[in-house]
Amino acid sequence: MAVTGFILFFYVVAHMVGNLKIFFGETAFDSYARWLRAMGSAVLGESGVLWTIRIVLLVSVLLHMTAAIQLARRARAARPSGYRHRPPVQGGYAARTMRWGGVIIALFVIYHVLDLTVGWLNPHGVPEEPFLNVTSGFQQWWVVLIYTVAILALGLHVRHGVWSALRSLGTVRASHGPLARTVALVVAVALTAGYLSVPYAVLFGLVE
Amino acid sequence: MRFTVRVWRQTGSEDAGRLVEYDVDDVSPDMSFLEMLDVLNERLTLRGEEPVAFDHDCREGICGMCGLTINGVAHGPRRATTTCQLHMREFTDGDTIVVEPWRAAPFPVVRDLVVDRGALDEVVRAGGYVSVSTGSAPEAHATPVARADADKAFESAACIGCGACVAACPNGSAMLFTAAKVTHLGRLPQGAPERDTRALDMLAAHDEAGFGGCTNTGECTAVCPKGIPLADIAQFNQDVLRASLRGAGGRPA
Repeated sequence: MAVTGFILFFYVVAHMVGNLKIFFGETAFDSYARWLRAMGSAVLGESGVLWTIRIVLLVSVLLHMTAAIQLARRARAARPSGYRHRPPVQGGYAARTMRWGGVIIALFVIYHVLDLTVGWLNPHGVPEEPFLNVTSGFQQWWVVLIYTVAILALGLHVRHGVWSALRSLGTVRASHGPLARTVALVVAVALTAGYLSVPYAVLFGLVE
Repeated sequence: MRFTVRVWRQTGSEDAGRLVEYDVDDVSPDMSFLEMLDVLNERLTLRGEEPVAFDHDCREGICGMCGLTINGVAHGPRRATTTCQLHMREFTDGDTIVVEPWRAAPFPVVRDLVVDRGALDEVVRAGGYVSVSTGSAPEAHATPVARADADKAFESAACIGCGACVAACPNGSAMLFTAAKVTHLGRLPQGAPERDTRALDMLAAHDEAGFGGCTNTGECTAVCPKGIPLADIAQFNQDVLRASLRGAGGRPA
């Protein structure tokens, strides 16, 4: 859970940083997209590195989901008869929404790939013109809404996930105390803000 | 003070169980929660009804026998306090209080509020011990222990095994309990020889007993009457990972 979570986390951070290229204009963004396909082509051929990353991510997601389902099934088996009266005590909102938040993120990723990778659900939908795909999509308010819900779910997921994964990996010092919580919170907020900056910049006409 | 107490009544493991409402008046704010139940039971006995069964022993907060889920919170509203040390002044006159047993598959209800916590004994049996030479007591200074290690081990050794961590965990996991034992013993030189096998064996016994997996929600440490920190679980994970990497074997057959 922790290992696959960290693989996905590092990808999500890199993806967010890459998205910010859109603020440098159409040429910069499109050439960045071409570079993603071309990187490492001397060794693995055109899109070779890209496909390697995709396969690693897919395997990570599947293992991550398998572990989550196993945990949920064990949790259900460990408490067949629930409490009649039970308010939440300490666990934060992020910790309580890990499972359903994960489901939202998984559904979103499918939509996201169909929207901006394959282009089927995109109003522009030309894979070679990512800048126009992004800007035409985010001019629709409902597309921005879908992205907002998903990114907020991702932020909450990362908020609990990063901190929890540090504990699962047995880092006693790093995961102890208020510093670890603060770092996880700052990382989650920065990630959320970075991702949401793109659709809202397009929606409000800051990127055209 | 006067309370409406809704208590879980269950005649045995076969019975489905139900919440039954009782009015308890003439309660002193200085009574402990268990003494309030004693008052209720006296009146039930006088009326010829079956008293409410609940576990208790020392009533000093150190034995780990008592443990009730009060208004959905293990050991009730006061932090770092066992049920026996919780006083009725923590409640408001006229309150309705819901009292339920610990709920977890490895803790079957014996009767009313009494659950069988034998599953925790199985976890301890798997590795909660140190190898000592029998005979005369060793010389006190023969094994020096650094102050920091002694303090940390003592913090974890404060666990009284009441099971509140399991009761509070949304996953029904006993990781805080198991982690406290592993951290307590592994931190001391006396417990070092079995450190690897202890972590692996106790984790295996924990899972085998039917407890759920830990997802670091932190509900356990919030209700722990002895304040065992969540960091013990990180220490436990570290011991398990290290032992797995070293290829430490499990229990000898």
